[in-house]
Amino acid sequence: MSISLDTGVRFSLEIDGVATTAPAGATILDVCRAVGVDTPTLCYLETLTPVNVCRVCVVELEGARTLVPACSRVVEDGMKIRTDSERVRASRRMVLEFLASSVDVSLADDMQRQMKRYGAKPERFGAEARTVRQPVKVDNELYVRDYSKCILCYKCVEACGSDAQNTFAIATAGRGFDAHISTEFNVGLPDSACVYCGNCIGVCPTGALMFVSEHEMREAGTWDEARQTKTDTICGYCGVGCTLTVHAQDNEIVKVSSPADHDVTHGHLCIKGRFGWKFVGVKKRRSDG
Amino acid sequence: MFGAGGGTNSYQEVEDTDCIFLWGSNARETHPIFFHRVLKAVRRGAKLFVVDPRKTVTAQWADSWLAINVGADIALANAMANEIIRLGLEHREFIANATTGFEAYRACVQSYTPERAESITGIPAETIRAAARAFASSERAVICWTLGITEHHNATDNVLALINLALLTGHVGRYGSGLNPLRGQNNVQGGGDMGAIPDRLPGFQALSDDAARTKFDKAWGVTIPPERGWRLNEMFDAAERGELRTLYIVGENPAVSEADRHRAEAILKSLNHLVVQDITLTRTAEMAHVVLPASTGWCESEGTVTNSERRVQRVRKAVDPPGNARDDIDIVCDVARRLGHDLGSPTAQQLWDELRTLSPMHAGMSYARLEALDGLRWPCYDENHPGEQFLHARLWENPVRGPRAPFNVVEFEAPVDEITHEFPLLLTTGRRLDSFNSGVQTGQYTSPLRRGESLDLCPQDALRFGVRDGERVRVRSRRGSVEVPVRIDDTVRPGLAFMTFHFDVQTNMLTIEANDPKSGTAEFKATAVRIDKLEVGAATAGE
Repeated sequence: MSISLDTGVRFSLEIDGVATTAPAGATILDVCRAVGVDTPTLCYLETLTPVNVCRVCVVELEGARTLVPACSRVVEDGMKIRTDSERVRASRRMVLEFLASSVDVSLADDMQRQMKRYGAKPERFGAEARTVRQPVKVDNELYVRDYSKCILCYKCVEACGSDAQNTFAIATAGRGFDAHISTEFNVGLPDSACVYCGNCIGVCPTGALMFVSEHEMREAGTWDEARQTKTDTICGYCGVGCTLTVHAQDNEIVKVSSPADHDVTHGHLCIKGRFGWKFVGVKKRRSDG
Repeated sequence: MFGAGGGTNSYQEVEDTDCIFLWGSNARETHPIFFHRVLKAVRRGAKLFVVDPRKTVTAQWADSWLAINVGADIALANAMANEIIRLGLEHREFIANATTGFEAYRACVQSYTPERAESITGIPAETIRAAARAFASSERAVICWTLGITEHHNATDNVLALINLALLTGHVGRYGSGLNPLRGQNNVQGGGDMGAIPDRLPGFQALSDDAARTKFDKAWGVTIPPERGWRLNEMFDAAERGELRTLYIVGENPAVSEADRHRAEAILKSLNHLVVQDITLTRTAEMAHVVLPASTGWCESEGTVTNSERRVQRVRKAVDPPGNARDDIDIVCDVARRLGHDLGSPTAQQLWDELRTLSPMHAGMSYARLEALDGLRWPCYDENHPGEQFLHARLWENPVRGPRAPFNVVEFEAPVDEITHEFPLLLTTGRRLDSFNSGVQTGQYTSPLRRGESLDLCPQDALRFGVRDGERVRVRSRRGSVEVPVRIDDTVRPGLAFMTFHFDVQTNMLTIEANDPKSGTAEFKATAVRIDKLEVGAATAGE
């Protein structure tokens, strides 16, 4: 979440040689987006506090020894920023290659696009680099955790924690190559503090966290986004009025998400909104009342 | 309140306020995404007070949990007022300018000292004093409530007691200060907005207002009777008297959800003609002479709903309804046609546009604007109006435009169902996070959190009644009994038991149809019960 400190003061700065202005409190990423500079991000999301772990958004700041993360560096008057220097390109490429060499990023669409853009060749590190490969964790009927696809962006931890849900069911455990997302004492989700809001799924950029419905359809080869429709509507349960994006394939709901820019939800839902739609697809609707 | 029934603040204001009272609300479980706002406020430094007989997951986030005895809310509110006035923290300028009836109110709350309230509410006097001081001295403060306030025989008085507190301190009509009922269902607010109240036309226009009625008469080409209709409980009473013989129920499951289920079922069975229009064959539908299968409102049809911040939002069709289920509008128009009235075949948008010509508070809400702006809050008088973020700003004008807001003298009354030696436990009811009402919808998905129905008891009461965790018992009230396993739960206090009504256990066999005379709501929150142990050998394994 960008920190809002709009005092009316505007700073002058230069991005790739083009002069622009930005309000005090804006980040370099905010400015890049405002002037249309495509900046890759992995761990950043508008609705979450920047954690600065992925370093893929780095830019070159004149006078600074190291590259700086665009997502969290706040603009100052007179900054001269380069977003496409060879140093920036090489750094971004390396970040993407390191991640893609060790992790299965086949479902990370935006990351794939950036890898193409920067000419990333993760295969040059060889098959031994796939250090996080492991079986999919299927321990409940609502969502699966496939940590072979986890790039440790921490978004799920943030959404489960103080940025949204405040449940703290997951955190990072281990250090260095052993770092991974884990429940307390690595117990299964049903024994953890998880309340199945699925807000971690909502922010996951790589498909490591996925509805069971989607996981099963992908395993069966029937998941086909080209045949899916997305319809925004309002949740049918309590009176908060959360926007649900209903993903349907062949007239069946296959999953539910919420738009991150919606004023009521900021992309977050509860267990009923995200998972409580099965009754719609029960062809011969019956009562249990 | 004060004319139009809706929460006075937007959700954003709850995030930005300084003091939040969640009164009879377990928002962490029942309004989870609203509670995200509360947590943002708490992390910013706002003070959170939770008034609840149970130490719910909501109460666990509070700066102060006011562990109130069920039904003692008026005693607490009046005692807070007593303390505020004693300290001179009331907003004298606002009271003088914008309200009426303060002197009578002051006289009434004089006897509600925090010490007296302690004996009624069970909340220590010092805790009441601290809550009162925090509420009155905060720059901004909101009170949000749910069914813990309204499912009582004196529901309206409970709400009036909260309104009094807001008037006393000037915590209404300003950004970040106000009164907010959190709606329990996705279109409870919209139902009220559209006139599904016995004495109102759409847009909260009074049925008794000749000019308003004439406007609708002209638009619809009929003469609307000026007499108010019946509330649900009045319909049931009329059916019992034999005055009401036909009932057409749309999207409600009263056979399960009504208090005193034995009586509700008997009444439904006694009707000459029962029509039920619903998305599944509910228990009520099973009793019907005619069932009209309907499409699911939020994903199989087009229209709008209104949320707890008065925001009207679009619902859209994402999938086709199954089999011969049809859109509610289609069904109603077809029924009308059979009854000799051609209403045509209007779309949801056409009906909405007609409403906009009749209800001034909705006039500016075109479908195009609702879609472009993610909904609009009422009132929204024309297409340039942004919709009001908060209500009743007029109360801060000097002189006040329109009528002043009245204080209402309200006195504490104990719940109707008396706790006695024979029925020594007070049963209160509520929802759990993963389930909803009678379970028609949530019963169809598998939740890892779900543990089925239980009678939640604290360890002391389990010991007192000689029951253990998981043991099936018979819970008996003056009206009926159910069999249910016991769950030892630290969130309830001695003398208090808790159940939901999400499952096969028919909790409302127990509850009392003691209705609030003004709103018709039954006292679901307070039932006197006792626990009968099942005979040895008759006990079956727990769920």
